[in-house]
Amino acid sequence: MIPGLITAFLLVLFVVGCILLWRPGVKPVLDEAARMPLDDDKEEQA
Amino acid sequence: MASIEASYSDKVVRQFAVMTVVWGVVGMLVGVIIAAQLYWPALGFNLPWLSYGRLRPLHTNAVIFAFGGSALFATSLYTVQRTCHARLISDKLAAFVFWGWQLVIVAAAVSLPLGYTQGKEYAELEWPIDVLITIVWVAYGVLFFGTIAKRKVKHIYVANWFYGAYIITIALLHIVNNLSIPGGWFKSYSVYSGSVDAMVQWWYGHNAVGFFLTTAFLGMMYYFVPKQAGRPIYSYRLSIVHFWALIAIYMWAGPHHLQYTALPDWAQSLGMVFSLVLLAPSWGGAINGILTLSGVWHKLRTDPILKFLIVSLSFYMMSTFEGPMMSIKTVNSLSHYTDWTIGHVHSGAIGWVAMISIGSIYAMLPRLLGLQKMYSTKLIDLHFWMHTIGLVVYIASMWIAGVTQGLMWRATDPENGTLVYSFVESLNATKPYYLFRLGGGLIVLSGMLVMAWNVLRTFRQAAATTAPQPVLSPAAADARA
Repeated sequence: MIPGLITAFLLVLFVVGCILLWRPGVKPVLDEAARMPLDDDKEEQA
Repeated sequence: MASIEASYSDKVVRQFAVMTVVWGVVGMLVGVIIAAQLYWPALGFNLPWLSYGRLRPLHTNAVIFAFGGSALFATSLYTVQRTCHARLISDKLAAFVFWGWQLVIVAAAVSLPLGYTQGKEYAELEWPIDVLITIVWVAYGVLFFGTIAKRKVKHIYVANWFYGAYIITIALLHIVNNLSIPGGWFKSYSVYSGSVDAMVQWWYGHNAVGFFLTTAFLGMMYYFVPKQAGRPIYSYRLSIVHFWALIAIYMWAGPHHLQYTALPDWAQSLGMVFSLVLLAPSWGGAINGILTLSGVWHKLRTDPILKFLIVSLSFYMMSTFEGPMMSIKTVNSLSHYTDWTIGHVHSGAIGWVAMISIGSIYAMLPRLLGLQKMYSTKLIDLHFWMHTIGLVVYIASMWIAGVTQGLMWRATDPENGTLVYSFVESLNATKPYYLFRLGGGLIVLSGMLVMAWNVLRTFRQAAATTAPQPVLSPAAADARA
């Protein structure tokens, strides 16, 4: 019973997390994060 | 000149990068030797330390933990510094991790041919070496997470999530699966027995594939594919969903290694179902990597490093389709214990793991050494084609051999139910393919020698120019963003 409830809770948490991730307000933050591997190239060019 | 605090700690990255190439050559050489032994059994020369049973675990440990492990240490310690804008927390701890891991590899290279083994696949090393691995791994965890803790940027880049999950999970898997009672310095007895022992072993074994050979290398992919393509990852949202879905599902798939054994039937079915579900996050992540090239596909024509990285993702997709398919019980009844499994494993190991590692080392080394590019781009291209052709010859021969074996072993006479073929007849039928496998392995090994030459010449070029690289702003003195 308890393991089943924990599994269901984690599944709901995953779905809620995905919904929150697709809020329009989050996009600029994620876009900036996605550029992190390119930071040093940018700095070298500057 | 940049001060020590304001530059990256790259000595350990260079050391691990070099050892990636060295152990890659050694590990694949042992693989070629045992492939030759399968075709010419006399090559063991009746010497126990050259026997297939002792050299095979040496090959797997060398390519997974020495070659793959060194690539992961190098790239994770490079990535965490660049994406956290921070130097590693301790140079001495970094040196301890490097020399400790090399000691583990040397201890394995000595003890396995001498016949000291726990008899657990991918966990053969005896308990004193297991203790050393634990100490080194904890030091690595402190080094990695300590650097993340002192980062100068707010966000933790997704590659570090994958590397972090791998470090934590491998610690858990290693300790639980190796719990044993020592019976002397070179012998121990597992605390588990029977089907529980088998279940724990394959919970470990599958997640060694899942977290060592997949999750960690996805961390590599999320840094080096965007870096080499010069574009951000296709969807950062998808990368986050990919991470949570992958780590939630992988843990449950281990029982598919034990289909049709004494393991309870429900556990076998559970392993099969979770393996099938695993296809979704695996392909989602791979597509995310490949689509990063949107708009710059033309770079594939001229950049062999990018070819290594993108073709590795193609093999990742192939392997993660094939794996779930092979976990289906009806398919497994044909494939299990045959060379099809060997073909599948090598499509993942030489195709995905080795290609993403090689591509990342080629991408990282010039940047690490302050150069524009590797000594020879043509040699990288040559290596790419040798590696790809060798790999295709290898896996195609093992697929054919495996399906042949499976079909011959299950063929029965409808009149009386007796077996149509003896075991030795199936050996005769598959023997030619072992020669093709050896040839494929030789081509891949030759490609690694080309890489070793290219790396050596690149280091020689860089000898006069290498200087500490400054930490990105906001630098150590600045406030947290």
